[in-house]
Amino acid sequence: MLIAWSRHRHYQGAMTLIDLANPTRFLTLTARVLPWLAGLTAILLFIGLYQSAAAPDDYQQGATVKIMFIHVPNAWLSMFVWAVMSAASLGTLVWRHPLADVAAKAAAPIGAAFTFLALVTGSLWGRPMWGTYWEWDARLTSVLILFLMYLGLIALWRSVEDPSRAARAAAVLTLVGAINLPIIKFSVDWWNTLHQPASVFRTGGPTLDRAFLIPLLVMGVAFMLLFLTLHLAAMRNEILRRRVRRLQMMQANGQAA
Amino acid sequence: MNAMPLGMSLGMSLGPYASFIVTAYLMATVVVASLIAWIAIDYRSQTQRLRALDESGVLRRSGRSATEL
Repeated sequence: MLIAWSRHRHYQGAMTLIDLANPTRFLTLTARVLPWLAGLTAILLFIGLYQSAAAPDDYQQGATVKIMFIHVPNAWLSMFVWAVMSAASLGTLVWRHPLADVAAKAAAPIGAAFTFLALVTGSLWGRPMWGTYWEWDARLTSVLILFLMYLGLIALWRSVEDPSRAARAAAVLTLVGAINLPIIKFSVDWWNTLHQPASVFRTGGPTLDRAFLIPLLVMGVAFMLLFLTLHLAAMRNEILRRRVRRLQMMQANGQAA
Repeated sequence: MNAMPLGMSLGMSLGPYASFIVTAYLMATVVVASLIAWIAIDYRSQTQRLRALDESGVLRRSGRSATEL
């Protein structure tokens, strides 16, 4: 009885995953979840921005520490989005998951935007603190390479008309590009860089004072939710775009016949 | 841009580098707003194209209409 029940539960679990893999089911789920996610993102962003405004000045950086509350979440996301695309690329190449290449394609412009913001806000912090907008050190250069790889990937998606053919090429490029992620993360330890080492995700715990750590983490979660919301919405657009393409081809074939 | 009045107008003192801080937040606002607008416009464009296909009578392989979920 118990085995039968657990098998039934297992079957139900499997069905849920299969349901999610179905683009139509995914659209239904997205329609239900998106308003809640958008609302939660807006609330957390508001709280995070309020806490960032209320945070005290740093004894060394002064008020420019406020730039960190947007720079650091964007820098985290620049790498996280590529990691999401890498997982999706495995889904495309290994399991041929129906939503995997949709997820990878939809994430690329969002990841590029976050990486651009990480570079720009870092640069705006660097000028008053380091005395320069840019330095060709290992961390900054590896993040610039990440940004260029995002642009390359977007160009690849746009240059191949058949989405399934583009998906395989993009998946290979994404997985090769993932080599850059540990280089970015550990660049501050492996090389002598102007960029400071990790102060939140490090062995031994964060070195930041709570007055800065809490607004930073709230902004981090808010930006993570922002990415999730935008990614789901962009995936929905991509599914609809493919439906339009298929229907237009069916219409053209019908007219030709 | 005079840094002090800008910081004061936001109800906080942003110090001598206020213009850098404000520019960073403005850039983030513009980029995030552009992303949201682009995704919203794209959604509208795709649903309009599906509605046009629906009106032309073309059906999906499943037999459902273009706009049906």
